[in-house]
Amino acid sequence: MKNTIAERIYDFLKNFPPFDVLEKEQLLKIASNVKVTYIEKDNFVFKQEENPHENFYVVKDGAIGLYRKMDNEQILVDICDEGDIFGLRPLIQNDFYLMSAKANEESILYAISVEILKEIIETNDKVKKFLIASFSSNIKTPYAKGTNGQLFANIEMLDSSNTSFTEIQSAEFSKNPVTTLKTTTIKEAAKIMSEKKVGSILIVENKNPIGIITDKDLRSKIATGLVSIDESVTAIMTSPVKTFKQKITVAEAQIAMIKNKITHLCITKDGTPKSELIGVLSEHDIVVMHGNNPSLLIKKVYRTKDVSALKYIRGKTSNLLEGYIEQNIPIIFISKIISEINEAITIKAIELSLDEMDEQPPVKFGWLALGSQGRKEQLLMTDQDNALVFEDVPPEKYQPTKQYFLQLAKKVTEKLNVIGFEYCPADMMASNPKWCLSLSEWENQFNNWIKSPSEDAIMMCTIFFDYNLIFGNKKLVNKMSDSIFESIKSFEIFLNFLGRNALKNPPPIGFFRQFLVENDGANKDQFDIKSRAIMPLVDAARLLTLSHQIKDKNNTISRFKSLAKIEPQNQDLYLSCIDAFKILLQFRTQQGLKNNDSGRYVDLNNLSKSEKLKLKGCFKPITAIQELLNIRYNLAQMM
Amino acid sequence: MISWFKYKNYPIFWKQYSKKFKQKQPKSIENTRFVVFDTETTGLDIFNDRILSIGAIGVSNNTIDVADSFEIYLKQEKFKAETVKIHGILKEGKLTKHSEAEAVEDFINFIENAVLVAHHAAFDIEMINAALKRLELPKLKNKIIDTGILYKKLEGKKDSHFNLDVLCEEFIIPKHDRHTAAGDAFITALLFLKIVSTLKKERNLHYSDLFRVSGKEGLL
Repeated sequence: MKNTIAERIYDFLKNFPPFDVLEKEQLLKIASNVKVTYIEKDNFVFKQEENPHENFYVVKDGAIGLYRKMDNEQILVDICDEGDIFGLRPLIQNDFYLMSAKANEESILYAISVEILKEIIETNDKVKKFLIASFSSNIKTPYAKGTNGQLFANIEMLDSSNTSFTEIQSAEFSKNPVTTLKTTTIKEAAKIMSEKKVGSILIVENKNPIGIITDKDLRSKIATGLVSIDESVTAIMTSPVKTFKQKITVAEAQIAMIKNKITHLCITKDGTPKSELIGVLSEHDIVVMHGNNPSLLIKKVYRTKDVSALKYIRGKTSNLLEGYIEQNIPIIFISKIISEINEAITIKAIELSLDEMDEQPPVKFGWLALGSQGRKEQLLMTDQDNALVFEDVPPEKYQPTKQYFLQLAKKVTEKLNVIGFEYCPADMMASNPKWCLSLSEWENQFNNWIKSPSEDAIMMCTIFFDYNLIFGNKKLVNKMSDSIFESIKSFEIFLNFLGRNALKNPPPIGFFRQFLVENDGANKDQFDIKSRAIMPLVDAARLLTLSHQIKDKNNTISRFKSLAKIEPQNQDLYLSCIDAFKILLQFRTQQGLKNNDSGRYVDLNNLSKSEKLKLKGCFKPITAIQELLNIRYNLAQMM
Repeated sequence: MISWFKYKNYPIFWKQYSKKFKQKQPKSIENTRFVVFDTETTGLDIFNDRILSIGAIGVSNNTIDVADSFEIYLKQEKFKAETVKIHGILKEGKLTKHSEAEAVEDFINFIENAVLVAHHAAFDIEMINAALKRLELPKLKNKIIDTGILYKKLEGKKDSHFNLDVLCEEFIIPKHDRHTAAGDAFITALLFLKIVSTLKKERNLHYSDLFRVSGKEGLL
């Protein structure tokens, strides 16, 4: 019998993996058993920790955001749009949903029974492989490399539906933590710790954790004589404690430790401090699990005495990055951690260089990171872009002062080069006399760029406006920022020039919704994700924040966040720009890691259909924001 | 006496159909089975035109169930060449066609006691009722919702009256397979979900609100 509706659904599904590899009858069977649901914006399809539904979902129209709860914040992990599948893994693995799915816009979903799919998995090897590949990012033990043996192991797991994946994914914690009551004296507690050979002890009340004492507390509060050993443990315990659910992953645990600057996490039954303590997860436990740990790496940076150790640490950071990308950790956390490590390395390089100088710096100075480093968006190892500003000195002292800082800068850039941040080919480095200037020289320089915005000057502005103080005097840099805003105020047409520059990057997509690729050169037929997709967003965010005179926001995501607050009428657009930017940054990083390059040029032939769709999804906000700039700065007339 | 005598003579499928309405029916939107349907006909004259095809699909708990769908094509005793360009059903096509009696029986068996939903429902209902009459059967017993009238319950839409094409555009529903009975039934089902969902957002929507007529009756 004819089934028009099922045929229509079949026609849609056959364009997307894994349905594209199904036999016609198999897919028709799926299509004629689809359930179609409509879900309104901001409504949930399912919530994290819920028991799995009978069906998984394919987005027909609209967009579904996948959110993971971390520290009471909903972190957007992924956006599914047309043709994307979600909510399948928990069904096959009999597990809870690890994420919540919420409609970012009104959506129509096709719900597909997992039972039908299971039958097909039995007989269709390609489908099986696709599913394993798409799950592997979620089920891998952190940092594990996708070796063949492991893939095989995963198949076994897929087949037996009752394996507990949470065991593999979750961080291993100590299940029998050493505890005591709050009436215990410090002396007794310390005795218990020595007997049990542990570095921490939990203070519990009705089995709920209320505080923790670590070796460090004994060192800093007891050994120094601040508190008597006969007092109760409550006198020195850290309270309240940070508590988490037992499902915490290694990566989440690391992020929690860095964010809260703590070394121990309490695991309780329901994840709140008001429930029974079932374990404790220490930084040491994580180190045992694997060697790459961001807080440990930063600590190593602080302790290190030579450049080769820094180089080793930077290498480790790359492994860390790869692990995070594989685990689908939100890009905003990844970039935070990586830039923190990069910053720590740069600071150490400056400190080591200062030690080598014969004298102390003659005046106050500031070391600035520029460009993507300044915006804290640099994930892969790229060139160094930096500059130096020093306090104004009387004319007679100018030359020796400048010489001092040039010499310092030369030492720092040399070290960074050894560590792995290559020299900037355009020589945009503090060791270049042009970019090692006194405060008033910088102010003049910016003023000149703003008042005579030649193409070169505009390009300099796009690099130098995104500075971030890495080391030195904050006041100097604040004065510099103030002077930039002053100059722009008195010469507002500069913003129009900056706007024209922001639109100079060609749009990412052509009239027929095909990707625009490079026409010639070494990267012919490749898609330039940096200049066609990432830079338009970076440029737009910079321009709009400058026009609102927003200071201290040198990062594209935080710039759009501020803009969304200032212009509530454009909030949706700015928020969608943030989402697009995160996806693009993650995409570029993935590409870079895969091909061991800067990730800038993407070979479209190597992308899957869903990857292409994902990229295309990011282009909508780019087009929209370019239109906004066009109207706001009357750019059509200037072109 | 006569009606009792007549009842005795109804075919089994109709007796079973009638029986289903004696059962207590759920009074909540979530637990009700709605059947959204559409007919393609040779024209708009209820007495002289005939049904060419019927498409229907079940909706329950806010979900359209493709497995619970119905599509049938009828043999044509009357053939009007001029409407072929709208519905695309040829007199002799590749499709398997059924007699009116078979089609109506299958349709009745499919809908059972569900609440029927159609866009400008009055016309489709009258077409089915006319076919039932030719088979010497009574009218449909089902409760009926007209998405055209339901739409008017939305805030600020009281006096609006739109055809399916305009509403599809307003609710951003892709118009695939427009003017096939099954395609239109599917589109109407999506429209129904979206209107109900918007109504739920606007007010505390009860089952009975779906039926209460606001303002004038729907047009034929």
